[in-house]
Amino acid sequence: MKKHNKYQTEVTGAEAVILSLLDAQVTDVFGYPGGAIMPVYDALYDYMDQLNHYLVRHEQGATHAAQGYSRVSGKPGVVFATSGPGATNLITGIADAQIDSTPLVCITGQVHSHLLGTDAFQETDVVGISMPVTKWNIQVTKAEDIAPAIAKAFYIATSGRPGPVLVDITKDAQFGKTKYVYEKCESIRSYFPCPKVNEEEVSKAAELINNAQRPYILCGHGVLLSGAEKQLLDLAEKANIPVASTLLGLGAFPPTHELYVGYLGMHGNYGPNLLTNECDVLIAIGMRFDDRVTGNVSKYAKQAKVVHFEIDPSEVNKIIHADVAVLGDAKEALELLLPKVKAQKHAQWLQKFTECAKVEFEKVVKNAVNPATEKLRMAEVIHQFHQLSEGNAIVVTDVGQHQMITSRYYKFNHPNHNVTSGGLGTMGFGLPAAVGAKVAQPNKEVVAVLGDGGFQMTIQELGTIMQSDIPVKILVLNNNFLGMVRQWQQLFFDRRYSFTEMKNPNFVAIANCYNIKGKKVTERKDLKEALKEMYESKEAYLLEVVVENEENVFPMITTGASVSEIILE
Amino acid sequence: MENTYTLSIFTEDKIGLLNRVTIIFTRRHINIESITASESEVKGIYRYTIVVTVSQEQVEKLVGQIEKQVEVLKAFYHINNDILSREMALYKVSADALKENELFTRIVNENHAKILSISPEFIVIEKTGDEREIKHLFNDLEKFGMLEFVRSGRVAITKPMKTLNTFLKEVENNSKTTVKHFNK
Ligand SMILES: Cc1ncc(C[n+]2csc(CCOP(=O)(O)OP(=O)(O)O)c2C)c(N)n1
Repeated sequence: MKKHNKYQTEVTGAEAVILSLLDAQVTDVFGYPGGAIMPVYDALYDYMDQLNHYLVRHEQGATHAAQGYSRVSGKPGVVFATSGPGATNLITGIADAQIDSTPLVCITGQVHSHLLGTDAFQETDVVGISMPVTKWNIQVTKAEDIAPAIAKAFYIATSGRPGPVLVDITKDAQFGKTKYVYEKCESIRSYFPCPKVNEEEVSKAAELINNAQRPYILCGHGVLLSGAEKQLLDLAEKANIPVASTLLGLGAFPPTHELYVGYLGMHGNYGPNLLTNECDVLIAIGMRFDDRVTGNVSKYAKQAKVVHFEIDPSEVNKIIHADVAVLGDAKEALELLLPKVKAQKHAQWLQKFTECAKVEFEKVVKNAVNPATEKLRMAEVIHQFHQLSEGNAIVVTDVGQHQMITSRYYKFNHPNHNVTSGGLGTMGFGLPAAVGAKVAQPNKEVVAVLGDGGFQMTIQELGTIMQSDIPVKILVLNNNFLGMVRQWQQLFFDRRYSFTEMKNPNFVAIANCYNIKGKKVTERKDLKEALKEMYESKEAYLLEVVVENEENVFPMITTGASVSEIILE
Repeated sequence: MENTYTLSIFTEDKIGLLNRVTIIFTRRHINIESITASESEVKGIYRYTIVVTVSQEQVEKLVGQIEKQVEVLKAFYHINNDILSREMALYKVSADALKENELFTRIVNENHAKILSISPEFIVIEKTGDEREIKHLFNDLEKFGMLEFVRSGRVAITKPMKTLNTFLKEVENNSKTTVKHFNK
């Protein structure tokens, strides 16, 4: 349709928004209109052939969709919302993106600049409200400032440690006229997104690694963000070092590799947690020692020298003291490290992980994936789904037991295929994030694994799936409980199930009302076929699997316990 | 162990940035004892001086979080020995003090303070010094009836430091690292 003519004298601020997005290579936007952003939506009307807009059903859904989009594509997610309630509805998703280092550019409409501070209709101080949860934000009150603000927003969101940014644009700025000039932002005087790797530190790291008897690599989201998967693999193979992954790092290292020992954290694998307190050199790459990973910090890896590869200087020594800190991009740092690292063998040390894996298999895994219970269990569903999809699907999870089970039993063969809310643990993340992931990767199978609780937090996004025809697969593991909370009540609150039981609707019927096919499975004998039908469906599909009500996720590191006190049952 | 630290923070001129910086303290439940903000010797660059009592570990983390803000050029922290610092205070006492003129004048002089204004009802005294000196004068003047008292935040000059201009040259080179973000 419309082509912007470079020689055209003036455009409106609203059109400058759209043109800036196009110049920033944006192809997809998730949003919801309203009074204060109407000029932008009006300008969008002329560019619908160049910019795909997905109308969500709640602004929180837009942020999570943008997150899912970003996490599987590496591109920033873009969100539109109106002022007041539209803008405040973004906050949960922005906070989630901030703590999980996901680049988002959120554009909100704002009341006329002469009304700022007057408690005008739908005025909220979104710049103030979002300040603690954005990497950067700005309010724009003049049309000519829009393009530079958006250019800066994209630069900040995507550079260094990525994060969400918000640009709040007053209605008069959207209506105002300006000459449109977009200059890509490539540096900001006061901003140092990516420290230059210090070779001396790299040499010190190499020395520690070369002298280690029991080195151990923890890989995090930073490996994926940096695109350092190959370098990580080379390092692990050359020096024969076992690799464990954080929740957000899953997929950064091939799960079938003999050096891959599993998943870290509260419900992670046995050996990877336990042996953290037996290694002599701990090599943390692009991870930030979240408390779900460390358990009790005063009893965490005290015996080990710690080497920390990290892009964000404020993460170094924040939780765990680093004996050597290599600041900068992980890929660049590992490339410099590799030639300095000696080829080694650590057979005995690796053997320990194998032994732990055997114990975990006997005590936990065997019964979880092949249970003797009458009712289906979550782990067997995920295990079968893994086998069916051969670890190749993009799996988006919500938050709770099903999330931990998925992280344990789905083996991600590819990087950036695991989409989950880690740091914030946001229920309601799963469904909209899956929508965004499918938009970004239409040729891949995207499956949202949801709990019955979290599904209902953003269930309205079924409407987005229907309207924009997004063939997302939805696997609801229904235990008729807020399972994770119930587990804690059982273990730490004497089984006092205070408000965790759920009376649920007919999920399949709800899906059907949105024109989405669905099926409900309660029997083991029907599971395999049903999973296959869901997975192979060309359209969106909802499969509800009724699972045991009171299943617990193990192993577990209870609050206050150390990683070596991980319990198996 | 806790200690008093003075933070010097150099920033770009941006609406809301001070708020971003103070949120870092609030979020960690750290009380800001005093804060001042003004333009530095370089046009367009602002300097915040913030005083807190925290542990060494806490102050290091605070500075790390502050420097992470996009528009913060650089943040430093100093113990009292590393800085020359001053606060200013204004004291308003009843004009009755002049009834004991000799004592009053002696107090003002001994405290190296200055009479800023005298009117029939009140006298305003100005004093620059450190916290202790300002408190000392307060105690001395209190007997005349303290009508009003106001104290500025701390301003501080650090003893050893690069000049802001050399630092700016350095950062201009540093900030030009290329963007990298995975794109597959
Ligand atoms: C928005 C939000 N509210 C509350 C919680 C606390 N919470 C964590 S897990 C959980 C239960 C989730 O239940 P469900 O979605 O049914 O999944 P399940 O644990 O049963 O797999 C709750 C309530 C949260 N993480 N997010």
